[in-house]
Amino acid sequence: MDIIKQPWPWYVAGPLIGLIVPALLILGNKTFGISSTLRQICAACIPANISFFKYDWKKDAWNLFFIAGIVIGGLIAAHLLSDPGPVAINPKTTAALQQQGITDFSGLLPRDIFSFKGLTTLKGFVFMVIGGFLVGFGTRYAGGCTSGHAIMGISSLQWPSLVATCCFMIGGFVMTWLILPYLLQL
Amino acid sequence: MKNLKFILVGMCFGIILIKSEVISWFRIQEMFRLQSFHMYGIIGSAIVVAMIAIVLIKRFNIKTIHQEPIVIPDKKFNWGYVYGGLIFGLGWALTGACPGPLFAQIGSGILVTTVTLLSAIAGTWVYGLLREKLPH
Repeated sequence: MDIIKQPWPWYVAGPLIGLIVPALLILGNKTFGISSTLRQICAACIPANISFFKYDWKKDAWNLFFIAGIVIGGLIAAHLLSDPGPVAINPKTTAALQQQGITDFSGLLPRDIFSFKGLTTLKGFVFMVIGGFLVGFGTRYAGGCTSGHAIMGISSLQWPSLVATCCFMIGGFVMTWLILPYLLQL
Repeated sequence: MKNLKFILVGMCFGIILIKSEVISWFRIQEMFRLQSFHMYGIIGSAIVVAMIAIVLIKRFNIKTIHQEPIVIPDKKFNWGYVYGGLIFGLGWALTGACPGPLFAQIGSGILVTTVTLLSAIAGTWVYGLLREKLPH
């Protein structure tokens, strides 16, 4: 039980995530991908006569069950399988973030920024609301996210997914290295 | 009932995301600052294992549990992959979460992530609204 309660190393977690791909294929010809569920939610709840949301979303309802499972899995792992404690990141990352103004390293997210109280601040608004918007807009524009392109797409040798994944990384580097230092000062 | 199995697979995915700390904003920062191998190792080894599995499925003509042939649809390139990919990358480094981890964070009790998720749904909705006017 102690081994399960510790954080899992990459060489355990990565291969397990990889096995989700054949599991979904064998269980029903489903391709691994999360961001399409955001489109599903739009189609189910707020289609607003937009052609992009006028399709038979119920046919792909399996992925809504899949994300419900992710929420339940998160609940189980966080409450039954974890020893709470700060994430053991590289001290260099900690030092760099401290220099840029982050003080609370105790949770999974920096509480300096991500909190309901923080929503009323410009910084919190940018990180949560603008950030979330970019994730939802960008993934659909790109036709997939880390799961659909980086893992499912590349592993099935689809070069457009490799292009998309490289762009994810470029966008992340630009944000982290060039823009984030200013946003953390807000 | 036929969707119960997808809840179970999702649960496994959610547990792995939490236990490997993929859902931590700090881990994503480490990745983009090139200060840890952790995230690269996870994504890289997931790709390798999935690739081997797909080769085996094709090589041995493995079928689904309903005896259907397994088909992986091809992705056709358009420039949206580039523009959208860059935009998602910006958001990924800000929120420290791609869509899967958003759901896992909420499950783990970080309720403020519902705001990020609602905003992501809004982003997808606005994409749908503007789709015909955007370059692809």
